[in-house]
Amino acid sequence: MNTLAALARVEAFAAEQAVPLATVRHVHLAPHPLVLVPILLAGEAAAPLAALVGTDRADPQLLVVRQPRDRDQRFAFLADLARIVVGYIEGRRGETELVEATRNHEEWERHLDAPQLIVPNCGGIDALRLLGRSARFRSSQGPYPVDPLVPILGRYLTWFAEDRAPTAGSSVCLALTDVLGSHWATGQSALEDQHLAALLAWIVPQHFAPPDGRHLTGAQAAALTEDPARWPSAGPATDPEFDTEILSPLVTALQRAAGDPAAERRAEDGLRAALRDRLAPTWNLMWQGIDLLAGLPEAGHDSHRWMVDRGRFTDFARAIDEGAAPQPRREGAVAAAKRLADLESAQESYDKQRALDDPLILAGYRVTGEAFAGSVVAVDAERQDTTGRTPKPRPHVWLRTADPVVLRKGTKVACAQRPNQRPVIVDVKREGEEYIVELELVDGMGRRAIPEEGSVPGAGEYRCYSTVLAAERFPPPPLPELAATPWTHGGPPAAYTPTGADHDEEWH
Amino acid sequence: MSGSVAKRSAAERSAAARAVIERVTADLLSGLHRGVIVDSPPGAGKSTLVVELAKRLADTGEPVMIVAQTNEQVDDLVDRLAIAHGQADDPAAGEDRKGLTIGRLSASGYVPTERVVRHLGGPDSLDDCVTVAGKVADLGRPAVTVATAAKWARTGDADWPEGGWRWAILDEAYQMRSDGLLAIAPRFAAGTALFVGDPGQLDPFATIDGDRWAGSAWDPTDSAVAVVRAHNPDLPVHRLPYSWRLPASAAPLVCKAFYPFTPFEAGSGPQDRAMKVSDTGSASAGPASIAGYIDQVIDLASETGWALFELPARHTVRTDTEALEACARLAARLVRREAVVFDPAYAEGRMVSADRIAIGAAHRDQAAGIRAALDRHGADLSGVTVDTANRLQGREYDVCIVLHPLSGRRDATAFHLETGRLCVLLSRHRHACIVVARAGIPDLLDAHPHTDPVHIGVPVKFPDGWEAHQAVLARLAEHRIPAPAIR
Repeated sequence: MNTLAALARVEAFAAEQAVPLATVRHVHLAPHPLVLVPILLAGEAAAPLAALVGTDRADPQLLVVRQPRDRDQRFAFLADLARIVVGYIEGRRGETELVEATRNHEEWERHLDAPQLIVPNCGGIDALRLLGRSARFRSSQGPYPVDPLVPILGRYLTWFAEDRAPTAGSSVCLALTDVLGSHWATGQSALEDQHLAALLAWIVPQHFAPPDGRHLTGAQAAALTEDPARWPSAGPATDPEFDTEILSPLVTALQRAAGDPAAERRAEDGLRAALRDRLAPTWNLMWQGIDLLAGLPEAGHDSHRWMVDRGRFTDFARAIDEGAAPQPRREGAVAAAKRLADLESAQESYDKQRALDDPLILAGYRVTGEAFAGSVVAVDAERQDTTGRTPKPRPHVWLRTADPVVLRKGTKVACAQRPNQRPVIVDVKREGEEYIVELELVDGMGRRAIPEEGSVPGAGEYRCYSTVLAAERFPPPPLPELAATPWTHGGPPAAYTPTGADHDEEWH
Repeated sequence: MSGSVAKRSAAERSAAARAVIERVTADLLSGLHRGVIVDSPPGAGKSTLVVELAKRLADTGEPVMIVAQTNEQVDDLVDRLAIAHGQADDPAAGEDRKGLTIGRLSASGYVPTERVVRHLGGPDSLDDCVTVAGKVADLGRPAVTVATAAKWARTGDADWPEGGWRWAILDEAYQMRSDGLLAIAPRFAAGTALFVGDPGQLDPFATIDGDRWAGSAWDPTDSAVAVVRAHNPDLPVHRLPYSWRLPASAAPLVCKAFYPFTPFEAGSGPQDRAMKVSDTGSASAGPASIAGYIDQVIDLASETGWALFELPARHTVRTDTEALEACARLAARLVRREAVVFDPAYAEGRMVSADRIAIGAAHRDQAAGIRAALDRHGADLSGVTVDTANRLQGREYDVCIVLHPLSGRRDATAFHLETGRLCVLLSRHRHACIVVARAGIPDLLDAHPHTDPVHIGVPVKFPDGWEAHQAVLARLAEHRIPAPAIR
């Protein structure tokens, strides 16, 4: 949390009302996201209990496991979920666009749409990850067959939760509290922000007003949401009181009713009604949150980032069609290094794009010393570097700023007006409480001896230069092939030989 | 270590350090191991070892690659190698017995520094043993090739010698990330590698959360040495026994706090080093009240090698104006009082000029604040190094002034607790170290026992930051001078 975000929290606390942290929406919002509220059985790693899921806010589908400890029912639940989720994903694979060949990639077709899964909180993403892991290795043949869609669902859930969700700037799998929390600061703790109801109460307290129409502040509304009966946890865990008082008697009743179809139907209706009651408040909050985000203007790089998501989706969906093996339980040395490079480069681009799209984000960097802003006080546009064969334009620009400049000489910076131009700091001088920064322009001025029109900032112009904007992306260094993994990293991985209990199983 | 070891003479200590080099050489040349690891405490002669081993390995007639982490380190190594071995051992032997040939691989846009240029064979240069090029093929098969890890990772395999490099030396290997090693390891995978580094320094870091790989034997965010050892637990590990930099006053504390299981000692005896300060110009240091305290701190540090200047307890923002000002004043006063240091190598005494003083902090904005405060105290202080722990790694000064990472903080985060950070800051000095901190850090530590999640398969790291900080503070309490608030 930078100082600016801390200040926003203090202000929110004082005003009892959430304070915006961003001026635009830094995530993509698909026109028809698939909203999913999963809850799991307490005490087991991936035992689904119920889910409310759908793209229509008025008509969610409720999936329930009658006896969550029964593994057959678990995978029957996942098969039902697969029909909805995989069906939704297939629906995004209609039209495509032609992507022209580049130096490194031949011509290809990219889907015009991609799926978007929205869960209430990061616990929801973790639930998807666990369900994905339990489903992706299952088989539709052999001793314990499952519905053929289950392993497909497992691969997709893994892709959503492990591949895309941790990748900065990807919007195919979002945790709503994380997204809202990065756009608004509340006066409560980060832990309390994980409760979707409490977080929304700070942002839109009017939605939580009691029937008497009394006006509530954000803090008052958030206090109301502490009642778990009215605003139950958004999952994936249920609260223990619900487990013992409501869930346990209903599951027992259902077991007792075995053999009596009428009693069984009654008991099942009771269980479904209880779980629907439990999930419905969160379902409504999810759509309130989505509406809130939809009200924010789209970020400048939104379509670019969504295009990357669409491309990755196209690739992954094709790999599934071609029968790709499930993602491994643990990544090998080479795959892990590749993923680290991917994640780091995605984070860097996302930081840069947000700073370019949103002055409030850029202001945060001024506070930490990674940016400075001020007016251009002098320009030497004619300056040239004559040491080479042909003189090159190397204009100098002097900028006066009240920001404390901590950047060193030789640092490359850029400004939002010309993000592809990366001037170098040549000198920083203190003048009283202000600084004069001397910049040398080395690129982004065209190919001729005289800089292009408008490529050199003029005196009097206001600019904000930042290192974050000057971040350049270099392709990661080539890594060895899997089979050539060097001894430092354990050598090439050995083929899998089942041992112990695995050895006795038929499937291997 | 026992008292009998401490009584060793300077010659014996030197011989013990040489013996390590002999053992490392023997292990490398034996052909029994794919790699050898050398752990080096701060200032224990790591560079000397690298230069010596480079020469010995090159003498086998097979190509040697040296990997360093930054261009600065590469240039330092090239210079040291050229000075030590650039000329023929025996000039009388004539042209065919030239000295060591050194290649310096560089990225485009690299401008050779002064210390590289003087070995390029131009006018006024010392020798011509160094070649600089962007491609391995353009170096003309030198005996030793030096480059950064990033540059090595981008050398195409068409350029490699037949079968890859027979020998590789990886300097500052504890600062290298495992994924970086994976990218360059194929170049020496068929040969033998020497990993040299200081395990107590700052670990490499990633800009994203690496928890997903925690416990994996090839965690790409872990250090190169950690991953190599996880996969090759039988590699021989050697340790350099003496810190030639740290004075006898500092080695025991640094060893106890940061290297509790791998003891080392100061290479110099308690009588070998001394620091003296004159009493001149006391009035010019600022308001009389505070000047007296500053002088006391300097007196204590020159006498005992340590001083803790303790400001009144207060929660502050990162750029605590009073603490930054105190750091700057201490440096200014050291220069004005004309501190002189003594060592057998400079028995007549050597003036502690501004460039022999460093001020270390945890954050860049703190360093910038200290720089600005120094500028207010006079232009003659521009030579003082003010930097963050990351950038002070591997550097050496006579006196180091440290702004304690936990000074004025409300919480003790993993960043501020990191042992490597404190270790770097407290192990840069040859003579004295002055720590500036707000009172109350022990209470802060007690209020924040570490809460990092424990992952299965991750070896427990000793010492942890909490423990190291407590050890340091307990010792510094004996050198404490409390100060009034600075106005």
